[in-house]
Amino acid sequence: MKKLKMSIAAVLLLAVTFTNAQEKKKMEHDHGDMKMDHSKMMNKNSDANAEAIFSDYFDLKDALVGDDTKKAAHASTKLVATLKAFDKSSYTKEQQEELSDIIEDATEHAEHISESAIDHQREHFKTLSEDIMDMVDITGTKNTLYQQFCPMYDKGSAWLSTSDEVRNPYYGSKMLKCGKVQKEINK
Amino acid sequence: MKVVKKVGIILLIAFVGIQFIPTKRNQSDVVPITDIHVIYNVPKQVETIFKTSCYDCHSNNTSYPWYNKIQPVAWLLENHIDEGKSELNFNEFGDYSGRRQKSKLKSIASQIRDNEMPLSSYTIIHQDAKLSEKERELVIQWVDKTIENL
Repeated sequence: MKKLKMSIAAVLLLAVTFTNAQEKKKMEHDHGDMKMDHSKMMNKNSDANAEAIFSDYFDLKDALVGDDTKKAAHASTKLVATLKAFDKSSYTKEQQEELSDIIEDATEHAEHISESAIDHQREHFKTLSEDIMDMVDITGTKNTLYQQFCPMYDKGSAWLSTSDEVRNPYYGSKMLKCGKVQKEINK
Repeated sequence: MKVVKKVGIILLIAFVGIQFIPTKRNQSDVVPITDIHVIYNVPKQVETIFKTSCYDCHSNNTSYPWYNKIQPVAWLLENHIDEGKSELNFNEFGDYSGRRQKSKLKSIASQIRDNEMPLSSYTIIHQDAKLSEKERELVIQWVDKTIENL
């Protein structure tokens, strides 16, 4: 009888630990899902929608430049919301398809960034940057942007910046000025 | 001691009770045309690695362990598999856009490179799912080559 009791206790203990872990995970997820509060009241102009996405992307980039995981997570949570709010109806059918793919992929990366450690954030930021660059190709932008490139990170990685001064989001303070301007957009 | 006994009995009843709650099973016999090995040229060795180490949570067919018959383990696994499949489903790889396929491939390589997948909580029970250094190398090489050719 004692043995039986012990094993019941053990099983239950196990169950409690598991559910706790599950719950904790869920909470983290919920946190990453706080999307709605930032879907700003912007006008229906699709360009403004795109600019909002770019603006969140730059906040994210700056956070990574500053080695700030928390800020990066926050910016990417905002980015998830602005990506969701994007209205592609004014684009051609082909562009719409491309934009859907871009947004789907970018959203996934942004979600991961909102719940990861900095190394992981940077890994996802690389692919996210490719998505955003492709997006700029389609939507255009009112600002002058600089496509910058770091040859060292993961066999070479690019990102976008509003300034021509290189501040490296892949290495942050470790190699702040590593990289070069690869392309100027709208200059 | 009386209280302990009472609590014990209540818990025992609860434990037996939850055994009757059904869970959805992730099982399917068909290999869909969207499976990764149909749309890409996956070498046999790599395919075997995927199947033994990844498919339990990243496909529509799980080969369940015996203890899946016991609650709350079954719930736990169900949860796990749902999450795994929503992240990556090898059976439905062809349904992803080209852009996402590339993203997914990249993530596969980086997760394996960082030793994050397969999950240690999974390999502790499924020893055969553990990847050797050579197996990891094989997968990463194949993924990198595939991305380059995209």
